[in-house]
Order: sequence, then structure tokens, then C-alpha cells
Amino acid sequence: MKLMFTASAVAFAVSAATAQAQTEVQWWHAMGGELGAKLEEIVKGFNDSQSDYKVVPSYKGTYPETMTAAIAAFRAKQQPAIVQVFEVGTGTMMAAEGAIIPVHQLMADQGAAFDPAGFLPQVVGYYTDTDGNMLSMPFNSSTPILYYNKTVFEKAGLDPNTPPKTWGEMEEFSKKIIDSGAATCGFTTGWISWIQTENFSAWHNQPIGTMENGFGGLDARLTVNGPVQVKHWGNLKKWADEGIFKYGGPVGGDNAPPMFYSQECAMIMNSSASRAGVIANAKDFELGFGMLPYYDDVEGAPQNSIIGGATLWVLSGRPDEEYAGAAKFFEYLSSPAVQADWASFSGYLPITQAAADEMAGFFAENPGADTGLNQITLNAPTENSKGLRFGNYVQIRGIIDEEFEQLLAGSKDAQGALDGVVARGNALIEEFETQNQ
Amino acid sequence: MKRTIFRNQLLPWLLLAPQLAITFIFFLWPAAQAVWQSFLREDAFGINSTFVWFENYRRLWGSAEYLNSMKVTLIFAVSVTVLSMGVALLMAVAVDRMLRSTRIYTTLLVWPYAVAPAVAGILWWFIFNPTVGIMPYVLGQMGIRWNHISNPDQAMTLVVIASAWKQISYNFLFFVAGLQAIPASLREAAAIDGAGPIKRFFTITFPLLSPTTFFLLVVNIVYSMFETFAVIDSTTEGGPAQATNIMVYKVYFDGFIGQNMGSSGAQSVILMLIVIALTVIQFRYVEKKVEY
Repeated sequence: MKLMFTASAVAFAVSAATAQAQTEVQWWHAMGGELGAKLEEIVKGFNDSQSDYKVVPSYKGTYPETMTAAIAAFRAKQQPAIVQVFEVGTGTMMAAEGAIIPVHQLMADQGAAFDPAGFLPQVVGYYTDTDGNMLSMPFNSSTPILYYNKTVFEKAGLDPNTPPKTWGEMEEFSKKIIDSGAATCGFTTGWISWIQTENFSAWHNQPIGTMENGFGGLDARLTVNGPVQVKHWGNLKKWADEGIFKYGGPVGGDNAPPMFYSQECAMIMNSSASRAGVIANAKDFELGFGMLPYYDDVEGAPQNSIIGGATLWVLSGRPDEEYAGAAKFFEYLSSPAVQADWASFSGYLPITQAAADEMAGFFAENPGADTGLNQITLNAPTENSKGLRFGNYVQIRGIIDEEFEQLLAGSKDAQGALDGVVARGNALIEEFETQNQ
Repeated sequence: MKRTIFRNQLLPWLLLAPQLAITFIFFLWPAAQAVWQSFLREDAFGINSTFVWFENYRRLWGSAEYLNSMKVTLIFAVSVTVLSMGVALLMAVAVDRMLRSTRIYTTLLVWPYAVAPAVAGILWWFIFNPTVGIMPYVLGQMGIRWNHISNPDQAMTLVVIASAWKQISYNFLFFVAGLQAIPASLREAAAIDGAGPIKRFFTITFPLLSPTTFFLLVVNIVYSMFETFAVIDSTTEGGPAQATNIMVYKVYFDGFIGQNMGSSGAQSVILMLIVIALTVIQFRYVEKKVEY
């Protein structure tokens, strides 16, 4: 007993001492490797810029691991003030009223400088409620683009400076490349769910679900089995059988980039944020960038692509001074200089117009680096191209992969596979709805 | 049994306390929480919580994915057990015939057991990686297209090989010990009576090995059902299309990735019942009924 008293007295004294000096704000994130090092550099910049607050970043593993850790910590009342959550976790975080403090509210409560109009609507739109209030602070957002091998294009007799614009050209170019022997496969892709389903739908202005893709409430349901999506999945299966397209595996498609790097496949669709990695690996050939292809017979295509990546959520239940620190940190984080630095380094999209303007010099020096930004800002987002928001979406992404795999294996046709996505996905969405009532 | 009498009533409890505390904190308490969790329907953060009785269990029986997971687990457990025990027995019999080199072979064959399951998984993942692996290249030369990322049967083959490989060492050790316990005189007598090596094995050696075999059978089923999580996680992550999503992996996925604690709790309770059943079989049936 005595020992316990002393221990707690010491703990109290220690915490009191740090509280006097600086308020620590815990930030749990999922940025490993070089991105993690850059993140720590940004945090250091903030900590050095003032003396009242100290942001403490902790790497918690992958996106799902970080989110799980934060939720478990919240249940044990040990939550960090700030946690980085990937875009598909948005539905879960949003529904947890009482567990989160929306960013617009945090900034208003703390009297921080905050101009919602300065943010790029295509980026923050994914994370706003139906009234346009920002719920979380975008940190790393990206969008899928097309990377292609100029050297192979040249060998195949194609113009190396003209990437395919439509899916028709995609097929035609691929056939030329294979027939000429320049490469054995036309194209591959990361993320069947994010790129070939969600972004594909937005890019063609097709709904993914009802009620503005789920933005309207918990009773929204998936409708991703429309004719345009069915046609595309059917084509992917046809192209896979013909050897034009090669599947890179579920989730992010880990096997897709090696196929592109080894020049087996001439083109790859992947995140704009993988730009640095692609450049580093494209040693033996010249690299080109293009926008995602579209079907020119679909009205309204191309619309605009949607984002992926992660945002920073503020969890409730921490002392008030930590929130003051969090608000200050968000102010710093969204400043044009910090944003431009982070976006130029990582390939993620700048989140404010001011930061995008600041990057003009960088874009001029690095051709193709602005492809993603141009693509998301191609048109003003419609209710089909703002993003999507459904509960249990992590598992639904898994279902999309599974149904696509069944399509490839030939046990289902495109309509059957997408019907499967809708039926199984909606069962999970219904479950989420009952859990959150 | 020798009985030790403690004068002090407190001392035995004190001596037991660390073990009891560990059992309580790491086994009983989490198990009780899983049982409680399995009756609740909750959102991820635990803000809304409803007591739903057996709703989570009822949903499992109606879930095609869960029934598929049970089927996958059955196929997986039987394949791993048969493969790892079969190969181990073959090697043990071969080593048993050696005179001087027994020790060297035994030491070499035990090595894989020291490899952590996650490391074993990564190892096999590299060997069979469809893009950069050596096996798909070799198989490709033979006209077999290996791609376990999209082929469910090949994915199952991969996780069975990766899981069985590790367990062969363990089974091998027990089989060698079991073989050495069989008196050589019995086999020699049979040999004198004119029984060939194969007949000797099936009529003398194998029946006398039955206690070891039954023990290993239970151990291997438990191993393949519960301890292969790391292998699955580092090779296939349950895919493609749930083809290798064994029950243990599904508990993890639904609970930690899917944040569905109620269903995950119900699934772990079912697994707990299976472990209890297997333990009862081992203690009540195997240890008593197998005689020689």
C-alpha cells in the first residue's frame, strides 16, 4: 500500500512538472519509413516554433492497426488527442458522436484561425458533413493516376508522349504493345476497390450508393452494380483472359508495382503518392504520367477522381489545454509553407488552394507531378464524385476484392460479382446501422 | 505420490499466487470478457451497447462466410495434420535405421521448429511469390501456372505446406523417441519369422507407436487450428475470396480490422468450446484408452 502511494505521488509530481512547462499533445499515426521521418520533421518544426505545446508523434503500425489501437485506447480511457485515420474509417469515426470532436468545432472553440473556404473542396469534401462542416483535418490525400513506360511505348511504335485517354485506347495500345513484343502485358493496377470501383464510379459520375454515396445518413445503401461498373468489370475479366490486364492481388495490389517495374506490364494505375517510389524503381526506362482512362460513351465522363489517404481526427475526453495545442498544431499544419513542403516531398495532394499555388514552381520543375491535382479538380464535384461514406467499409473493401477474385476465377460474371458486392456490403451496412442506433 | 505438509496455511497460496495471477489476468479474465462481449451489440467505440442474447451466434449460423470458414478450417487442419505427421513418421523411421548419424540428422531436422511462425510464413511467401518467387518460376518451366493470389486451391496448398513444414520437426522428435522405446527384440523376432520390412512396420512398429500417434494427432489438430495465425497473416491474409480464412484468422479480422466485437467474441467462444472438447478427448479418451 505504502509503495503504491509513493508511486502515484511520484507519477503525479512528474505529470505536474511537465504540465507546468509544456502541454504534451499525443498524435498517433501510421506513417512509417521516409514519410514517418518527414512527419517527425514537421512536428519538430511546430514544437520549435512555440514553447507552450509539444506534439508527440507515435508510430502505431498500419492504418487498421493505428485505428484499432486508438479505439482500444478510447475504451480504456487512454486515447491520444489526435489520431490519423484512413479514409475508409471515416464512416466509423463519424458515427462515433461523443468520441470525436469535429475539427470545425475544435477550431471555433479554441478561437484558432480557420478558413474552410481556403481548403480544396475536392479534398475536404470527403470529410465534411452534409452542411459542409469539416469533421477531420486532411493530412495525406492522394488520388490514383496512370503511370506508363515510355520506353516500351516507343518500342511498340506508339507515341511516348501520348498516354491512352480512354479505355478503348487502353485496349488498343495494350494489344499493340503485346503484339510488337515490347512487353508481355498491357496494364496492371493497384487497389481494385479504390481505383477500379470507387474512383471509376466517380470518374464516370456514377453513384456508388444512395443518399449522396452515404453522406446523407446511416440508412444509405450501396448501388455500385450499375451498368457502367458492370461493363468495366466485365472488360477487366475479358482483358485478364486475353493477357492484356494482370491482377496484382487484393487490397493495395502488392504484386502490381513489381510487374510495372520489371517492364512486364507497360502501364499501371496507382496512387499519386506512390510517385516517389515509382521514380526510384523506374531505373531502366523512361516514365510517363497520365490521367485515369475513361469510357468516352459514358455521358459526363471524365468527371473528377476522388481521394484516398488519411485525415487527423480529434478524440474527446482529453484536458482542454491539449485541444488548444491541437488547434494550434492544425493551424501550423495547414499553412501553405508546411503543406507545400509535405506535398512536394511525398506526392500527396496539397489541401489548400494557397498551398497548391505555392507549389507552382515545383510542378514546373517536375512534369507530371500535378497530374493528380489536375484530375481531382477537373470538374466541380457532383454528389457522385465527392467521395463515399459507409460504415464497416474496411470489410466492404475486402468484399469487393473477393467478388472480383471470383469474377477472375470464372465462378461469377461481372453482374453477379457486383450484385454480390451490393448484397454482402449492404448486410454489413445494415449491421453497422443497428450498432449505431 | 509424496505428500508435503505445510505448517503455514498461507505459504502454499503465496507460492501459487504468481501462477494463479497469470492464469487469471491472461486467461480467465479475457475469456470471461469474450463471453460477455459475445452477448453484446456495440459500435466500435463502445458508446452504444445493447444486450442481444444469442443474436451474434444466430447470425454466425446464418452467415455463409462463417460456414465457409469452418469448412476451410476442417480441410486445412486435416491436411496439415496428415502431411506433417506423415512426413515426420517417414523421416523418423529412416533416421531410426541409421546407426551413427542419428544425432546429426535429428539435430538438423529439428531446426525448423526454432523458426517463428511469422518468419516461416514470410519465407514461404518469398519462395512462392508469383512475381519474384523461385517456385512459380520452376513450376512455370513445367507448364504449371502458379498464382496463389487469385487461385484458391494453390493458396490453400501454400498455407498447408508452410504450416506443416514447421510442425514436422516437432512430430519427428516424438516419433523418433517413440521408435527408440520399441524393443528391438520384437522386430528382430518378426524378422526371424520371415516378416519383411513393410510387414514389420505395419504389424509391429506402427501399432506400438499408437500412443505417440494419438498424442500427436491431438497436438497437431490444435496446432493447425489455433497456432497458424501468423502463417496465414504473413502469406495469404485469408484470401483469395476467403479460401484460407480459417476460424482463428476470422476472429482477428472481424474483431480487429472489422471492429465487430460482438461477432468476434461469439466466434472466439465457439473456438474456446472446440479447444475444451479437444482437451477432454485427449485426457479422457486418448490417455486412457490407448493401450499397448
